Amino acid sequence: MVEPMVRMRGLYKIFGARGKDVLHHVQGGMGKEELLARHGHVLGLNNINVDMQAGEITVVMGLSGSGKSTLIRHLNRLIEPTVGEIVVQGEDVMGLSENGLRKARQEKMSMVFQKFALLPHKTILKNAGMPLSVRGHDEATCDKEATKWLDRVGLSGYENHYPAQLSGGMQQRVGIARALTANTDIMLMDEAFSALDPLIRTDMQNLLLELQKELHKTIIFITHDLDEALKLADHLVILKDGAVVQQGEPQGILLNPCDPYIEDFVSDINRARVLRVRSVMSAVSEADIAGEVDADKSLEDLITLSDGDTNHIYRVTDNGETVGQIDMKDLVRALVPRASSSASAAR
Amino acid sequence: MAFYDGLFNAFGLKEWCGEAASSAPMSMAELLAKSSGKETKGEFFPFPSLDNLNESCPGIIQSRDVTKGIENGFLAAKPGLKAVLDPITQPLSWLLDGALWLFATTPWFIMVPILVLVSWFASRSKQVTSFVFASIMMMGLVDHYDVAMQTLSIIFVCTTISVLFGVPVGIAMSKSDRLQKSVVPFLDLLQTLPTFVYLIPLIFLFSVTESKLYGIAIILYAIVPVIRLTDLGIRLVDKDVIEAADAFGMNDHQKLMRVQLPLALPNIMAGVNQTIMMSLAMVVIASLVSAPGLGVNVLRGIRNLELGVGIVAGIGIVLLAVILDRVSKAALKRVDMTDVKH
Ligand SMILES: Nc1ncnc2c1ncn2[C@@H]1O[C@H](COP(=O)(O)OP(=O)(O)OP(=O)(O)O)[C@@H](O)[C@H]1O
Ligand SMILES: [Mg+2]
Repeated sequence: MVEPMVRMRGLYKIFGARGKDVLHHVQGGMGKEELLARHGHVLGLNNINVDMQAGEITVVMGLSGSGKSTLIRHLNRLIEPTVGEIVVQGEDVMGLSENGLRKARQEKMSMVFQKFALLPHKTILKNAGMPLSVRGHDEATCDKEATKWLDRVGLSGYENHYPAQLSGGMQQRVGIARALTANTDIMLMDEAFSALDPLIRTDMQNLLLELQKELHKTIIFITHDLDEALKLADHLVILKDGAVVQQGEPQGILLNPCDPYIEDFVSDINRARVLRVRSVMSAVSEADIAGEVDADKSLEDLITLSDGDTNHIYRVTDNGETVGQIDMKDLVRALVPRASSSASAAR
Repeated sequence: MAFYDGLFNAFGLKEWCGEAASSAPMSMAELLAKSSGKETKGEFFPFPSLDNLNESCPGIIQSRDVTKGIENGFLAAKPGLKAVLDPITQPLSWLLDGALWLFATTPWFIMVPILVLVSWFASRSKQVTSFVFASIMMMGLVDHYDVAMQTLSIIFVCTTISVLFGVPVGIAMSKSDRLQKSVVPFLDLLQTLPTFVYLIPLIFLFSVTESKLYGIAIILYAIVPVIRLTDLGIRLVDKDVIEAADAFGMNDHQKLMRVQLPLALPNIMAGVNQTIMMSLAMVVIASLVSAPGLGVNVLRGIRNLELGVGIVAGIGIVLLAVILDRVSKAALKRVDMTDVKH
């Protein structure tokens, strides 16, 4: 198996002066609320074991206070873990010296922030070029790279503006350009789109997917919005009270939530639009085939295709090859959260 | 028989007190009482002060021994302190004298344009600049140009030194909570001490003919806001931006120069503005200890009851205050990038 880009093993974070001393309580099964009430320490992360694969978007999702920001800040050690192992590109982050850590932050990981965190006294150009100038590159190089990426995120012409003169969406484009200028393999995005209004947000998600198609970065994206998570994620990690409740391929989580917490989460979603034919299809067997459908189409597309008739069975194809078939009755069942779980269990 | 005799007898301290009358000279009150022939009649219940206790027990010192002791202590420490402080502070005297000389010898037709240009570059405001020009011309018209320049040169030197020392101290304080905790009481002390009280120990240490005497008084008083606001300004820098600086791998020096100082600049400038204003306040008071400038005329007005002289000098000070305030505020507004919409 290929070495993951990021590997976290047995990671715990307890906020408070005596985090190490109360660690054994947590390892013994004490929950977040009890720890706070009994020992006055806040449980940030509880036994995190996550692999993040190169070239994938790993989305970390959870409610407010579930420890998402804490998790992502462990990758570049903006927060020190209480105990645990963090390996990035085969290198133990915990073993890095101060200089080594700074170098890793400069060359391996860049970050995009919820509140943009641009330098208000610098122009957009200088902001975008900041990661390179920190590394000591000369001004011409910084400006050239910055101009290139600003152009790529659709901000050419704004180079000499100041952040305060730009809208939120544009400021976050600068944030993304800044991270891209750093030219790192890993991009950390902490609720990068949460401060934007829905339309701009969709724009930004599309921009990110488009960039990703071309650049194949390893992106760790944090959100508390399930729609956003499902749209972006190759790998979805769901956090609750600092612990991973479920992780895996998003469609799988949607169809087989392993926890009432996640069932709650996924109950509000428009399943027809999110679920793919591929996730609901069954193996090919002899039957009356009413037509063909692509495996990556959404259920909604198929419903439109079938004109709402539930008596048909469709052949599922992927690049012209038959990969399975789908019964419209299964499709309808998959639209109901509980029913879909039992249906797929029966299969 | 004094009031507290009984007390000392009761505790059997008669012996320790000693019977002999104190060798100290008689106080004025005693002298008066004696000469008027009346026996001093004790109050019903006098405060147990040193002097009153001394009447019953000569073994206890009198209050004037305390003042005398403090004075002697000071005088004893003076040579040592002077040996250390004199060489350190000597450059201040040179700077002040040099600035005074420079401002005085530069002809007005060169000095005034320079000042106007400086205000223009600091403020970039036509209004402020023309106000500066008009004010200086007005002061010149009533023959207060020279004294105003003296005051200005002292403020110039003292503010510059305050900033040069205050900003690094403020930066250091913002980096260390321990240092902040230990420095803040000093700053509080410097700000709560009535301005006159500064002058007393300084007069002991330095001779009144030396310019550093008032220089030190002014700097001690005026350096406080720039220290405080540098510290505050850096501590108030947006945590998110600091985090971004860390995330992109800035080292401490880069963080300070590229993020913390620029973002704290509005606060630091507000500190500098206050420092300038406090220098002005102190330079007027320091005329008591031979600081030249407009303050001298105010003092003359008070001493000799020359109302006109005092008022004209007072107006000059007000004009100077407004000029300095306007120019530094305008400069402050210009550096505040956070709320600028170009
Ligand atoms: N410096 C800190 N000291 C103490 N507790 C902290 C600290 N930082 C975070 N916490 C606690 O850790 C928990 C997780 O916080 P975190 O910021 O990671 O949540 P989050 O999932 O990012 O939430 P949000 O969606 O609101 O950003 C919270 O209970 C929070 O109170
Ligand atoms: Mg967060």
